[in-house]
Amino acid sequence: MTRIDATFERLKSEGKKAFVSYMMAGDPDEATALSVMRGLPAAGVDIIELGLPFTDPMADGSTIQLAGQRALENGMTLEKTLDMVRAFRSDDDTTPIVLMGYYNPIYNRGVDQFLIDAKEAGIDGLIVVDLPPEEDEELCIPAQNAGLNFIRLATPTTDDQRLPKVLQNTSGFVYYVSITGITGAAAAQAADVAPEVARIKAQTDLPVIVGFGIRTPDVAEEIAGVADGCVVGSAIVAELASGKSGDEVLSFVKTLADGAHSA
Amino acid sequence: MANDLFNSFMKGPDEKGRFGIFGGRFVSETLMPLILSLEEEYEKAKTDQSFWDEMDYLWKHYVGRPSPLYYAERMTERLGGAKIYLKRDELNHTGAHKINNVLGQIILARRMGKTRIIAETGAGQHGVATATVCAKFGLKCVVYMGAHDVERQAPNVFRMRLLGAEVVPVTSGRGTLKDAMNDALRDWVTNVRDTFYCIGTVAGPHPYPAMVRDFQSIIGKEAKEQMMEAEGRNPDTIIAAIGGGSNAMGLFYPFLDDKDVNIIGVEAGGKGVNEKMEHCASLTGGRPGVLHGNRTYLLQDDDGQILEGFSISAGLDYPGIGPEHSWLHEVGRAEYVAITDKEALEAFQLCCETEGIIPALEPSHALAHVMKIAPKLPKDHIICMNMCGRGDKDIFTVAKHLGFDMSDTEGRTAD
Repeated sequence: MTRIDATFERLKSEGKKAFVSYMMAGDPDEATALSVMRGLPAAGVDIIELGLPFTDPMADGSTIQLAGQRALENGMTLEKTLDMVRAFRSDDDTTPIVLMGYYNPIYNRGVDQFLIDAKEAGIDGLIVVDLPPEEDEELCIPAQNAGLNFIRLATPTTDDQRLPKVLQNTSGFVYYVSITGITGAAAAQAADVAPEVARIKAQTDLPVIVGFGIRTPDVAEEIAGVADGCVVGSAIVAELASGKSGDEVLSFVKTLADGAHSA
Repeated sequence: MANDLFNSFMKGPDEKGRFGIFGGRFVSETLMPLILSLEEEYEKAKTDQSFWDEMDYLWKHYVGRPSPLYYAERMTERLGGAKIYLKRDELNHTGAHKINNVLGQIILARRMGKTRIIAETGAGQHGVATATVCAKFGLKCVVYMGAHDVERQAPNVFRMRLLGAEVVPVTSGRGTLKDAMNDALRDWVTNVRDTFYCIGTVAGPHPYPAMVRDFQSIIGKEAKEQMMEAEGRNPDTIIAAIGGGSNAMGLFYPFLDDKDVNIIGVEAGGKGVNEKMEHCASLTGGRPGVLHGNRTYLLQDDDGQILEGFSISAGLDYPGIGPEHSWLHEVGRAEYVAITDKEALEAFQLCCETEGIIPALEPSHALAHVMKIAPKLPKDHIICMNMCGRGDKDIFTVAKHLGFDMSDTEGRTAD
């Protein structure tokens, strides 16, 4: 059982929905990013998604693109991202960390070496946007064999015929993308999302977490209400980008977490 | 590797869209169903005579095909060696080979009921071709172009706008061709229901590399027949410039199994292929990675971050290359070399002076390699080079590099 599985068991026993936050490793700088990351569990975050910066994030809107650029300009690398996880793990051994990014930096390191390093650093799961089920042999299957969860995205274009293929090698949870679009774009609508979550849950026992287009505590509550939880990314990254202090950002995160948890 | 393909180099890609380890479908889940349906539609179209009848009609009457195969006599004499033929794809409507492929994709988009076409463009040639065919069919057209390229290719931006296309300057990343492709993919993922992404080169997720190659193969098919007519045999060497590699793949593909034909791809060497990476020579100076839906050779740093290319030619300014080229490189069927900006400019001038043809900067790279090898080859050695675009769009850039004062054309010079 991974930390992700354990977290969902705990949430289930508490009757609570999951709140997942996203932040970019090394944004706006390594020290601030680490101190914010360390504050996330106390702000109510159940699972941390940590973005691995990439020059060409083709599924992300400008907020996350710019965060990645800032991180890279500050010298962030895959190794430093793993260092950040190691530092976090030195005083938190329970909060799950999902590394989210694109395949090339991982492929560049070598999949086998990456999996050894990621596991050792304390990463629990991976979301790799540009690896659909058709490319499962690349990383998904080796990651599962190495004991990491591989969390797949399901989207509004994933029809019933295709859904089993998407669910087949997914573990940890299913990440439902609420909109056809990029991160930080259109607003998620609970009325649209509810039947989609039901459609996925009819085919899997895994928790279904909804992300993309969630920016406010109210929407977090609405969306978490029709799923097993929700993800907020761009709205948090934008707070960091606006020059707010780590504590201010964490207070904002807490309002979002409270929203999701009151669902 | 060739044995796996029953000794043919023409059987790729496999059912996973791979050429050896290259190619594939590295896209987000939102796009995956679209790519599968595109593959299905393309497979149907491929064996549908009415599809090819429509293509042939428009190739002939709209594009002006077949393009001539021209014996460059004075250039041959000047270089004093091999006999040089130019495949004149610069004479196509819109001035480059790009329209060969655009026509195929737009006809396919119409069959799929798509009403909105998006495209990325670097030098603007693919954007102009897409805007042109969209105007012809009354389709809405949006072209993504790096903000930097919008500046240095102002005439093409105006052409696209005249043709009714919306040109979106891309400021994300560094505002170049690869960023334009990122933004086109972002648009596609947002407007999946009505939008068709018309990719301009033999890259991207499967089936694009194979589909674009098939549409561009008209170049090689014609060249083969025309060479047979002119010389009664195949050329000894075929040469083309490579950014993403579509004109090259189009020329090369019909010759891949003709083992006696040397195949040479010419990458943009910029200021020289060195540790400063001021070039776009993905095969000469890069290594395999995954970007824009496919695995291929890429310019990247030690951490797997993608680097910007550098070239005098906006059309070659891309840090990747089509996956089939990566495969042909690894199996050794084709040779890939790099030519610097300076060498390309010299070839540009030679072509103007000896043949009365103003070439685009892209094929000037191929021509520069011809200039290097032709003098050392015997007179009965036949070279066929793809003149894939004309140079009207480049005269401002060339003027600047040659020190001509064209100050009356303010804002049109590079940088």
